[in-house]
Amino acid sequence: MPFNQKPQKFNASINTVEIGCGDKAIKLGGESVFPFYTFDGPIDNAPKVGVEISDMGLEGATPEMLAYYGEGASFADMAKKAAAMEGADFVCLKLEGGDPNGEDKPIEDLLAVVKEVGEAIDTPLVVEGCKNVEKDSELLPKVAEALQGKNVLILSAREENYKAVGAAAGLAYSQKVGAESAVDINLAKQLNVVTTQLGVDAKSIVMNVGSAAVGYGYEYVVSTMDRIKGAALSQDDAMLQMPIITPVADEAWSVKEAMASEADMPEWGSQERRGVTMEIMTAAASLAAGSNAVLLKHPQSVKTIANMIKELV
Amino acid sequence: MALNGIQIFKMTPKKNCKECGCPTCMAFSMKVAQGAMDISACPHMSDDALASLSEATAPPMKTIKVGTGDAEYTLGGETVLFRHEKTFVSKTRYAVNVCTGMDDAMIDDVLEGAKKVDYERIGERMHVEMLNVNYHAESGADKYVATVKKAAELGKTLILGCKDVEVAKAALEVCKDAKPVLNGADASNYEAMSALATEAGVVLGVTGADINEIYDTVAALEKLGNKNLIIDAGVKSIKEAFATAVQVRRAAIKDEDRTFGYPSIVNVAALAPKDPYMQAALASLFTMKYGSIVIMSEMTYAEALPIYGLRQNVFTDPQKPMKVEPGIYPINGGDENSVCLTTVDFALTYYVVSGELERSGVPCNLCISDAGGLSVLTAWAAGKLSSGSISKFITEEVEPKIKSRKLVIPGKVAVLKGDLEAKLPGWEIIIAPREAVQLVKFLKDLTA
Ligand code: B12
Ligand code: SF4
Repeated sequence: MPFNQKPQKFNASINTVEIGCGDKAIKLGGESVFPFYTFDGPIDNAPKVGVEISDMGLEGATPEMLAYYGEGASFADMAKKAAAMEGADFVCLKLEGGDPNGEDKPIEDLLAVVKEVGEAIDTPLVVEGCKNVEKDSELLPKVAEALQGKNVLILSAREENYKAVGAAAGLAYSQKVGAESAVDINLAKQLNVVTTQLGVDAKSIVMNVGSAAVGYGYEYVVSTMDRIKGAALSQDDAMLQMPIITPVADEAWSVKEAMASEADMPEWGSQERRGVTMEIMTAAASLAAGSNAVLLKHPQSVKTIANMIKELV
Repeated sequence: MALNGIQIFKMTPKKNCKECGCPTCMAFSMKVAQGAMDISACPHMSDDALASLSEATAPPMKTIKVGTGDAEYTLGGETVLFRHEKTFVSKTRYAVNVCTGMDDAMIDDVLEGAKKVDYERIGERMHVEMLNVNYHAESGADKYVATVKKAAELGKTLILGCKDVEVAKAALEVCKDAKPVLNGADASNYEAMSALATEAGVVLGVTGADINEIYDTVAALEKLGNKNLIIDAGVKSIKEAFATAVQVRRAAIKDEDRTFGYPSIVNVAALAPKDPYMQAALASLFTMKYGSIVIMSEMTYAEALPIYGLRQNVFTDPQKPMKVEPGIYPINGGDENSVCLTTVDFALTYYVVSGELERSGVPCNLCISDAGGLSVLTAWAAGKLSSGSISKFITEEVEPKIKSRKLVIPGKVAVLKGDLEAKLPGWEIIIAPREAVQLVKFLKDLTA
């Protein structure tokens, strides 16, 4: 008896969400198969790779990243370089300097960076707030306004501030809304439900369902994504069919494996290489679990992950 | 196909003698159908019934053992496709590749390199468990046997990547007692390879031009009576290897096609030669999706630290969070006068933080309160790590035993400082950095 290939055909699919405008616009999602299961059905929109830059410039950049961007690069230069990175599909600007517990930069300063970056590139853009819910409730609506017409993705609306962020980005300025929840399928669904109840189109939402570096509670990330994709496809759960975006760089580069210096851990070898493999392996695992887009920062990781995606789709 | 209780019941002797421990044959049959009991527990089953039932009620995926002694590993035996459904039981094992096409110096380097990574992470030894010894025909049989001998000295389980029956035979002569995997069967040679593997008592690796050919060859091997197999997902392309690895596992577990009920080998060294970064990506991909053995060109700490962390995560029991006992843990000879640091009872957090504290060499006390086994921020967000819970633990457990009044709190919950100062009069509350890796410098400065 020959092998009886039984493709898993689902009658449901992940929503297709477009980010950016013109030729370079990208589409996230749209598939009705599990991640990379091209043997079950076509995947029209391969997962995408975003390159992170920050309003904090090259603070904390590794030697190879510094070499790539060039010391003293302006935000416009950095944005252009990020967009031109081999394997990059879009750029993600993080406004981490806005954090009141950190630099606490005024909103006007951050908006200036947003505008500079927005004008420098026509690559699709994702803007990430400072993660402080109060500050983001003020900051992100203004970002959405400043980038009107560019069809950007705003990260993110959370349980605490989805009304302010979701309404501004998704309704007032017709951008795409990132809905961020903490590694739990029910929380992810609940946030999508309340965000759509505001009037935001379900097809304008991209989810960040939480992330971690591999080795650091990552099993919950895997299971959350496995369950979400399962429910979206096999149960046709419309409140879980949003494509998933996963920030990887932040997590990967802040664990010991990437942070410990060579002086501290001589047997571990090159610190840069450790960080890069941490980023690559976390990204590959996230894509295998169902991310439709990952946010990375190192040129080597961006290139490798883009290549892996190309090989698989 | 799996049988239901009624179908099994039809084959029992219907004596209701209770010798199996069940009140009736029907009750026994239900248990067998659920997989809770094995058919062999009934001593009165006819041979015929036994044969057909043990086949039909066998688990969907076989458990295959390779290696001996400390280097014995169990592969396969999975019952689910996703870890939240139950638990993955047999972790992915990693092998480093040597090939007789390499020159001798290079072979020595690779073997030496395979020993380098060896450390512990949350109570688990992390190291390269296997070596793949690949046969390069032009370099001849003698070099292959010599390399196998040399590789065997490392005490790791060997995979013999060799499709030449004569050469494989010679190689097995020198290493078969250590139960290597003979990865060399395909449509062209499976009969001879199977005879060789069976005689040597080792597991046989099977591959083919595509998934259909692999299937047919496995079926043919089973017909010969060999069910001690591993399926090699092939090296034609990344896409095809992934498709094969996933479909083999899915056919076995979801569709109960037992011909594919075997563990798998994925050779990422051959799928992405000379590209360690792509190999890293693929090692991660195939740890997530169904590689039982993953072969890589090298395993330095750069690959090891993330891949073993990922493996440890993916193969933990989702029902049981890993916790440590709350209490005071003295480190580096900490005593009643040493500084106190506090954290949560999540095993991973404890492991990371205590490791850094040990590295600092500074005597101290790590005070762990009951935080439900959650990480710092998770516990804080869940209300299980609060100024209330910490101050209660400190006053009740720490104050009676420790004289020092310095308490260091994790940087991620710096917001608790004010409340803690109010609730713990006499204590100096110190905010630590956010990440444990910054502790060494921080503690040295603090106690300088
Ligand atoms: C896995 C996970 C879970 C798992 C829990 C696993 C567990 N055993 O903890 C689950 C899915 C159950 C979970 C649930 C929740 N989670 Co959760 N979770 C995570 C996740 C992805 C990883 C956590 C982890 O394992 N970290 C690894 C450990 C080792 O980190 P750690 O304990 O902090 O230790 C590090 C440092 O703090 C430091 N350190 C620790 N102690 C000390 C001490 C000293 C002295 C020093 C110097 C340093 C130090 O060392 C370590 C390494 O550097 C994080 C996001 C993330 N990427 O961090 C969210 C996260 C922690 N979760 C979050 C939330 C909100 C929740 C929930 C409350 C959601 C909800 N509303 O239900 C629930 C609460 C749980 C409950 N009610 O029971 C939020 C917290 C937000 C915030 N800033 O407060 C996070 C940050 C996600 C997010 N971005 O929103 N979560
Ligand atoms: S031992 Fe066999 S015959 Fe006796 S009750 Fe159990 S199943 Fe029936």
